[in-house]
Amino acid sequence: MDRTMAELMGKESGYCKGRSGSMHLARVEDGGIYVSSSIVGAGIPIAAGLGLAIKFQRTDQVVVCFFGDGASNQGTFHEGINIAAIWSLPVLYVCENNGYAVLTPATYSMKVKNVSERGAAYGIPGITVDGTDVMEVYEAADKAIQRLRVGGGPILMECMTNRFRPHSQGVKEHRPSSEIEQMNSQCPINKLRSKLIDAKVLTQQADDEIQSRVLEEIEDAVRFAKESKDPDLEEVSSYVYA
Amino acid sequence: MFTPDDKMTTGEIKTFAGAISETLKEEMERDESIIIMGLDVSGRGAFGLEAGLHDRWPERVRDTPISEPGFVGTAIGAAVGGLHPYVTITYCDFLLVSMDQICNHAAKMRLLSGGQVKVPLVVQTSIGRGRSAGAQHSQTLLSPFMHMPGLKIMIPSTPFDTKGLLKTALRDENPVMFFTHLLLLRDVKGFIPEEDYTIPFGVADVKREGEDVTIVAMLYMVAKALTAADELNKEGVSVEVIDPRTLVPLDEETILASVKKTGRLVIVEDECKRGGVGAEIAAIVAEKAIDCLDAPIQRIATLDIPIPYNPLLEESAIPDENNIIAAVKQAIHFSRES
Repeated sequence: MDRTMAELMGKESGYCKGRSGSMHLARVEDGGIYVSSSIVGAGIPIAAGLGLAIKFQRTDQVVVCFFGDGASNQGTFHEGINIAAIWSLPVLYVCENNGYAVLTPATYSMKVKNVSERGAAYGIPGITVDGTDVMEVYEAADKAIQRLRVGGGPILMECMTNRFRPHSQGVKEHRPSSEIEQMNSQCPINKLRSKLIDAKVLTQQADDEIQSRVLEEIEDAVRFAKESKDPDLEEVSSYVYA
Repeated sequence: MFTPDDKMTTGEIKTFAGAISETLKEEMERDESIIIMGLDVSGRGAFGLEAGLHDRWPERVRDTPISEPGFVGTAIGAAVGGLHPYVTITYCDFLLVSMDQICNHAAKMRLLSGGQVKVPLVVQTSIGRGRSAGAQHSQTLLSPFMHMPGLKIMIPSTPFDTKGLLKTALRDENPVMFFTHLLLLRDVKGFIPEEDYTIPFGVADVKREGEDVTIVAMLYMVAKALTAADELNKEGVSVEVIDPRTLVPLDEETILASVKKTGRLVIVEDECKRGGVGAEIAAIVAEKAIDCLDAPIQRIATLDIPIPYNPLLEESAIPDENNIIAAVKQAIHFSRES
């Protein structure tokens, strides 16, 4: 968390040495996050390529590629998933459908009801799960990944979910408060907590301890990031070429 | 050895296509991470550039659907994941379809990751006018990519240069744009030594030495410049012809040394003039060698128009030997008093 926070603040100690900030985070060695792109949908063919490398290297790794409902209308969605399909690449394509692309509702931008229906266009399985149910997502992903590992080819998994805040800091909230209230009642973490407490797997006290521990970790990370130094100005042109 | 050298005497005359496919074969034998992707690469390729490779390595030589952002993006991901893809795009005009992947991704991913990833990738494509192929199959798109930080660019004008530079490209861990000219592919043969040699990027080649004028020419224009130089020589004008061979990195030193010697510069390109590679080279020389110039720098380039289909119209828009000769004479006869 420290180095992620440092990256958000543009510090040298960040994972990307302050060169990326929040929009292009990469954390390769201790996270396997090779790329996050701020170009909507651009990662979809790149994920196929990582899958191709895995095929040549003959490991049982898989690629997981996250994108939103908006990205499913990009040309790269069509092209990247099609290539992954024809070459049977081990990629789990996860669409977080939160109903909006910036300000535009998904219902305006697509005639199909679910992004998962588009899997059929590429001859691959498309499934839709409740993205606010942690266990449902976990079980569906687990099954999908097992299938990927035995060469089953790519899978499109759509998680129906909510976006609690506007698209980004600069964008005003435009949704009615009734919608926001309804959304907040579907927080995945709150729902999981209730479930675990009801099943007596978790006590309220244990949960309180987890919360305060995590808050402390965040505060430590913020402190680490604030105290970290900026990159050297002399290194402004570094890391462009290998 | 960066130029044909009398030590390298064993070899053959080959076409550009032969140079490319031989080099790809040797490099694929040397490095099993090299894979080839593009339209119709499993057959003889669009211009025979990948001949025979698929038969030998069916998994490593893959046809792609017509999805430039899709397969260039796939090549980028494969490169990040540890392979060394060579992607071929039939006409450079289609690079425009995959600009986001090349320019926002391949060129930037190393910087964006703070050095965590590298993108060892070769994107090969063909450029060039003069075949009545129309505006969307006749562009010479060098300058947009020269402008884009994070790429390297090679523009060999001979089969010899092609082999040496392509070997360097396939051993470079960065994205390299490899431009071949369609008329060179069609018309030119050259001697290629059988040795395994590389030509480093950033080393221009003086294709002809001279004293009176420097011509910097690229790709198909190199041959035209050499023909013009022969003609001018008959009239006692000694022309030096420099072929940059790579645009990024650019060998400024060789160009500047030549201009310091001759005092006159003519740049010949078959790119559109406005904002082209010639503009960049002219600016560099003006910034660094203004005191050496005895005449204004000239750029001989294609008109700033999309290329029309009619061959006569097309020909009139592209530089030829006569344009080059006229420009050189203008430089020779320039005088500040007139």
